[in-house]
This record gives sequence, structure tokens and C-alpha cells, in this order.
Amino acid sequence: MELLQLMIGGLANGCIYGLVALGFVMIYKASEGVNFAQGDMMMLGAFIALGFGNTDQMGLPFGVAVLLAMVLMFGIGWGVERVVVRQIFGQPQFALVILTIALGFVFRFVAGSIWGYTPLVLETPFAGQNLRSGGIVISLADLVTIGVTLVLTLALWAFFAFTRIGLAAQAASQNQMAAYIVGVPVMRVNSLIWGLSGAVATVAGVLYATRGAIDPNIGLLGIKAFAAAVIGGLGSLPGALLGGLIIGVVEPVAGRYAPGELAKMSPYIIMLIVLVTRPGGLFSQIQMKKV
Amino acid sequence: MSLLQVEDLAIHFGGVKAVDGVSFSVEQGEVFAIIGPNGAGKSTIFNLISRVYPPTRGTIRFDGRDITGLKAHDIAGLGIARTFQNIELFDHSTVLDNLLMGRHTHRGTNFVQDILFLPKVRQEEREHRRRVEQVIELLELEAYRKKMIAGLPYGVRKVVEIGRALAIGPKLILLDEPASGLSVEETRDVAFWIEDMRRDMGLTVLMVEHDMSLVNQVSDRVLAMANGQPLALGSPAEVQAHPDVQAAYLGTGAAA
Amino acid sequence: MRVVFKTSYDRDIDLHEHGQSRAKIAVLLAIMVALPFLVGDYYLAEAANTLIWALAGMGLMVAVGHTGQVSLGHAAFLAIGAYADSALMNAGLPFLVSFPVAGLITGLFGAIIAVPAVRMSGIYLAIATLAVFVIVEEMVILLEPITGGVGGIMAPSVTILGISFDRYAALPNFYWLCLAVVAVVTWGYANLMRSPTGRSFLAVRDSEVSARALGINVTRTRALAFGLSSGVTGLAGALMGHYIGFFNYELFSIFISINLLLVVTIGGLGFIQGAFLGAILITAVPQLISILRDNLVGIGIDLSGIPGLDTMIFSLILIGFIIYEPTGLYGRWLKIRTWFEIFPLARKDMFRRQKSYLKTERMK
Repeated sequence: MELLQLMIGGLANGCIYGLVALGFVMIYKASEGVNFAQGDMMMLGAFIALGFGNTDQMGLPFGVAVLLAMVLMFGIGWGVERVVVRQIFGQPQFALVILTIALGFVFRFVAGSIWGYTPLVLETPFAGQNLRSGGIVISLADLVTIGVTLVLTLALWAFFAFTRIGLAAQAASQNQMAAYIVGVPVMRVNSLIWGLSGAVATVAGVLYATRGAIDPNIGLLGIKAFAAAVIGGLGSLPGALLGGLIIGVVEPVAGRYAPGELAKMSPYIIMLIVLVTRPGGLFSQIQMKKV
Repeated sequence: MSLLQVEDLAIHFGGVKAVDGVSFSVEQGEVFAIIGPNGAGKSTIFNLISRVYPPTRGTIRFDGRDITGLKAHDIAGLGIARTFQNIELFDHSTVLDNLLMGRHTHRGTNFVQDILFLPKVRQEEREHRRRVEQVIELLELEAYRKKMIAGLPYGVRKVVEIGRALAIGPKLILLDEPASGLSVEETRDVAFWIEDMRRDMGLTVLMVEHDMSLVNQVSDRVLAMANGQPLALGSPAEVQAHPDVQAAYLGTGAAA
Repeated sequence: MRVVFKTSYDRDIDLHEHGQSRAKIAVLLAIMVALPFLVGDYYLAEAANTLIWALAGMGLMVAVGHTGQVSLGHAAFLAIGAYADSALMNAGLPFLVSFPVAGLITGLFGAIIAVPAVRMSGIYLAIATLAVFVIVEEMVILLEPITGGVGGIMAPSVTILGISFDRYAALPNFYWLCLAVVAVVTWGYANLMRSPTGRSFLAVRDSEVSARALGINVTRTRALAFGLSSGVTGLAGALMGHYIGFFNYELFSIFISINLLLVVTIGGLGFIQGAFLGAILITAVPQLISILRDNLVGIGIDLSGIPGLDTMIFSLILIGFIIYEPTGLYGRWLKIRTWFEIFPLARKDMFRRQKSYLKTERMK
């Protein structure tokens, strides 16, 4: 019974990892780059929602605040691509890794300057409400998290699989020049994807904030979410969610039955095992280069 | 005995039979060309010989030794050098360094000796350089010695790649479309060099080529392929006159 | 523009193309040796710190700059070097033994983890090293008897043949120690890069498939490069431990890994000189910021209330470099030098970057 309880909490946690991982995967799908600032975008999104919604700040209704935050973060993601990321168009992946790590620090500094470094709590309509069934307590926040994540993953998957823009984005990642030639507006698609990933990060941030206090350093969760994305195989949206869920569930279970340090290591150990046995992740897309 | 013997070689990628039951042998000192339309499996044969892919079936013997199970990095040491269809040079190194990299199989020092740069390392470096200079002289690359690959024109890169293969000091050299993308003059140079390789250096040459004038000029024997299967084997004239070959290139109507 | 007339292959094999550049290095080294007599303790300690960072930077440069293996986890190797050295000294070994052994242990560890990691490339390798970093960090906490756990450990005082090289009691000696280590490693590194081993590193970086066709064992070469890289970083870690004196796992945070990456990218990827320029920048900028801060207080602006300003400024510098000068400080210097050498023949578009398009890395 205790195990089941742990696993439900873990699933909800895993959903948040999965959502941040979705952000990684989207950008990877579109430009084959990795946005190491994804975790910090999640953090910033949560703070912006808090700024709009909390009574001591602007005091807007929760739904409106979240929506506004998503719009604003879409703009920020879009703007970051336009102003910064686009400048290194065509440079090797490594440049983008370092660039986004640096961007993450900037986001953290911005959030720290505006909201300070002491943990704050986002006011949500479902705080402290629990459902009970047969000795298991499920908080409403957990349920919302799981539900929203499933819907969002499905929507994004459909976006990449069926819409013109989604397909164009994938084409652009495989060969930018070829995509240009067949008429894909590579730059505009990239901006759009960065914007979208900003909005998804906001959702992840808000869901994270429903489960505890936030401070500018929660973006470090991005590293764990990144492990999730890798476990799934960087190019796969369902894979990212699955990776997130695996990590989310293993972590508390390992924490219960093994020393705490081992629990902290567990996501990375799983990731290493996956990388060594299947270098491209569970849903691998790596192929031999033709010579 | 033949220098290179390929027997019943096949590789299947999923359902695609890229090479399907090809056999041929290349004699010591001969220039052997493989021709065929795009997708015939010519480059795939090169990739099988240089062990980029493991074959689905068949054996490759070099100098009497079965090399089918060897690793890709063991091939150069036996004396088989190759070039690539889409030039694979080390872009951020100079021409000289690229050629010196070709001397890798001849190194006799380990990394500790290299770090200390013992006299033995210097001795070997001089020898490597001497050998590389011979290649530079043959291919007339003197002007490009200290130039970065990244800034060189296509034709020169193509030559540097041949030079790098020669620097290995091979017995057999595999040239993957040596004339593609070259001007008429450059192609003529390539023909001369292939002659030099055979006559002066005693090399055996196996090449894939589309340029029939080059093939006619230099090759002793030609293997024509289509759809992964051998069509005809013989002298350039024989092969070109073969009805199956004409059908493969021009369509069945033309052969009649 | 200088024209060097070469009369033997040795001129190309030698470390320096002509006598003047050899003389320049000699003068630089002489100034470095004389530094304790020229500056006070504060700046001498900073110089030692810069040397340690340059050493670690060279370590990372072997992997990132010369073999194309991006590592986000080199702080782990600093940690292993520091803890191994301290543990060995606490076990009674003299520094002269413990120091190289610490480097060796770190190098072996790096080479061992590189073997499975070799199958990965690009971004995946970077991620794997990040994972290794987190695991090492947690292991440090778990292995309390050796590492002092969360509490930390005191680095023993360094004595060689009865002479103290303690960082506080005998700072000039400690500085010279660092300088000697850096000089020897730099010499070895430069040797490596003109030898077959160094060329095989570059070959693996630029084209794996043709490296194999030349008979280069890619797996072994990458593992060797990563081992050497982590070994040198381990040496830097050992010195860093002695420099800091008392340390725990927090000294070797992920930020150190990122700072190290900053050293090699800002310095100039693929150039040994880049590691030094990067190290100078990364140790000088905090100094400049604090000087600036003090001066601003004088005119009524107080920046001390803003935490994280240093990191912020670092990040902006980094972003600026990646966008406007991806070849780093050393690349910029080369351009400036060329401009003067061929003056007044430099054209405006001479150094323009070629437009490039990203190709998928899913094909390997």
C-alpha cells in the first residue's frame, strides 16, 4: 500500500519531468539542438504565473494568470530564438549547448532580481484538496498534473505527426539546406518551436508550483528532466514522457529502500545504462552515415 | 594467386539487396574498374571491403587471408587504402597533416614516447615526412602543403584524398569515383597518376568510376553491375559491348 | 609577413618555427618565474589560481578542442584528483608520489568511463559525462571515511624533500610548484600535438570513418584522449585542493564544469594557448568586478546587494563570444596578428565566416 502511494506521487513528479523533457525534445526535433535552459524556462514560467496570480502581486484569477504567463513565455521563447539562438545558426551543436547554459544563468538572475531567492508559494485553486480511496491519498494537484501532461503530450505528438508546420520542423532538423530548398521557412519554424517550448515550460512550472514552493534554483530540475529525455531517445515525444515517468517512479521508491544518495543518483544511473545499451535512447533514431 | 578475391558477396539492408552474390578477383598489378548505374552497389562493395559494414554473406580474401571478420581499423595495416565518394578529409588540418595521418599504420611509438618526444619519435617523424614528400611531389601538391583543407577547392581536395591513401603505402588502393566533379584536365591528371601507381609503385588499383573515357584509358578489366548483381566481366570493350550492360544503362529497347 | 626559409624537415617538426618565437616563450617563462619578487601575496595567490585553471583547461582542451568530445562533467575529475591526492597523503605517502598517482587514478577512471561512452557522440556524450558528474558527486558524500562526506576534508600541507610548499606558509614555493607542473604539462601537450598520437586525435575529431580507414582504432584513441584529459584535470584538482586548503564536495559543483567549458571556448577551441587565455579571463573577471563594485560604492551605487551578478556577467561574456567570436580569444588574436602582418593588404571580408548549414547528427 505504501509502495502504491509512493508510486502515485512518483507518477505526478514524473509527469513534470516529462513535460520539461517534452520541451527538450521539441527543440531537438526542430533544430537538433539541446536547450539546456529548458529547466530555467520552466522556473521563469512558474514565477511569471505567480507574479500574475498571487494576491500580493497582481492578483489575477488563476486561470487567467496561467494563460497570460504562457503567452508571455511563448514570447520570451520566440524572442530568445530571434535575438540570440538565430545568431549561431549553422554552428555545431556544442555552441548551442554552451549558449543555452549561459541563457539559463541569465534567466535565473532575472528571476532572482525580481522575486528574490527565498522560496515562494503559488496560490492555486486546488491546494490542499485530497481524494481518498482505500487508504491511498491522492492530492488533486497530482491528478491535475497527470491529466494535463497526458493531454499536452498527445497534442504535441499530433502537432509533429500531422500538421504541416510540425512536419516542416522535423524536416528542417534533418537537413537545413534541403529544407530551405523545398520551401520550409526554417527560421520562422524554429522561432515558433522555441515559443511553444516556452509555453510548455510554463505549464510544467505551474504544475511544479502546485506541489511545493518555488525559488530561482528549481531550474536545476532540468538536468533530471534531461536525463528523462535521453532515456526516451531525444527525438521522441512519447519517449520523453515515458522517460520522465520512469525517473519519477524510481526516485521515491529508491529513496524509500536505499540510502538517499543512491536515490539521487538513480536517474543518472538509469540514463547511463540506457545510453550504454542503446546509445540513441529507448526510441532510437540514430543511423549509420552513408559514405 | 589473386591479390583480392571476393566470393559470393552479399549485403541486405532490411529488404533491399544492395549487393547480392558478387564474385570477382583482382590480380596483382592490375587496374580493375567497377561500373554501373547509380544504386548498383558499387560503393557498397568498397564499404564491405573496408569493413564499414559486415556482409550478410560471402567472403573477402586479401593476399590469401580471409579479412571478412576483421575490424575496420585493421584493414589499412594489411595494405588496403581507400578514398571516399564524398571526400572525407580532416577539414581543420593542413594538407601536410592530412597526409601524415595516412602514415598512422607505420608508427612505432606509443603515446608516452610521443608526449616526451623521444629521439625515436623525431626519427620516425623525419621518415614519415620523407615518404609524404614523395606523395606531394607525385601529385604536385607542393603549393598546398600548409593550407587548411577547409579552404581548398574541390579538385585539390580530391587529389589530397588520393595522396592520403597513397601515404599509407598500400598494396591495393580503392578509388571511389576519382574523377567525379573534376574538370577534363584534372581527370587526365588522375589517369596519369593511376598509370604511375601501377607502373612505378607496383600498386593494384580497384576503382569505381562513371567516366567511361577514364575507365577505357586505364583499366585492364571491368566489372559491370546493376541492382546489386554482376552483369559482365572482361576488357572495357567487351563489357561495353555486352547486351545486358547496354540494357542496364540505356533500357531494354536500346539493346535490341 | 615573415618568410621562414626551411632547410630541413626538422624545422617543421620542432616546437617553434623560428628562434624569435622560442625567445618569446623563454622571456614569458622568465617573467613567470620571477613573479614572486614582483608582486604581493594577494596577486601571487591569484596567479597560482590562474595557473591551476589553465592546467584544468588544458585537460579539458584535449577532449573538447582536440578530440571533439564535449564533457560537462570535468568537475568530477577535479574532485577525484583532489580527494585521491589528499587521501594518499593522509595515508602517509609523500606529495611527490601522491600527486602523480592521483593524476594516474583520475586518468584511469576517465579512460574506463570513456570506453562505453565512445559509442555515443556529440550531445549524448556530453549528457553521459553530466551523469557521471552527478554520480561522482554523490559518491563523494557516500564515501565519508575517505572524503569527509558533507563536512569536507583538510588538504595536507605539501612538503618536498623537507622544504615546505604550503600554500599559506610558503606561497612563493607553492606558486613555483604550480608553475613547474603547468610548464611540464604544456610541454608534453605541445609534444603530443606534433606527434602521431596528436594527429590521431584530430583525425577522430574530424572524420571517424576515414580515421578508421587509415587504421586508427577510434575507440582506443578516444579513450586515450579522454584518459589523458581527465588525468591532467585530476592533477589540477589535486593542486586546487591544496590551494583551497579545506574543501568538500561543493567546491566541485556543476558550475566548475561550466566554468571550465568557458575557459576552453572563450580561450579558443583547439589551441593550447586558448586554455591560458581563458584561465586568465576567468580569474581576472571576478577581480575586475569587485574593483568596479568598490569604485561604484564611492560614487553612491551599491551593487553588493545583487547576488549572482558575477555569474550573470560571465554568462553575457560567454554568449557574446559564442555569437561574435566562436574561435575565442586566441582566434581573435590570430586574426589581429595576420591583419598587421600583411598590412595594408587585409581585405574587409577576409575573415568572414562561411555560411554553414546544420546537418543531422543522427547519422553516424
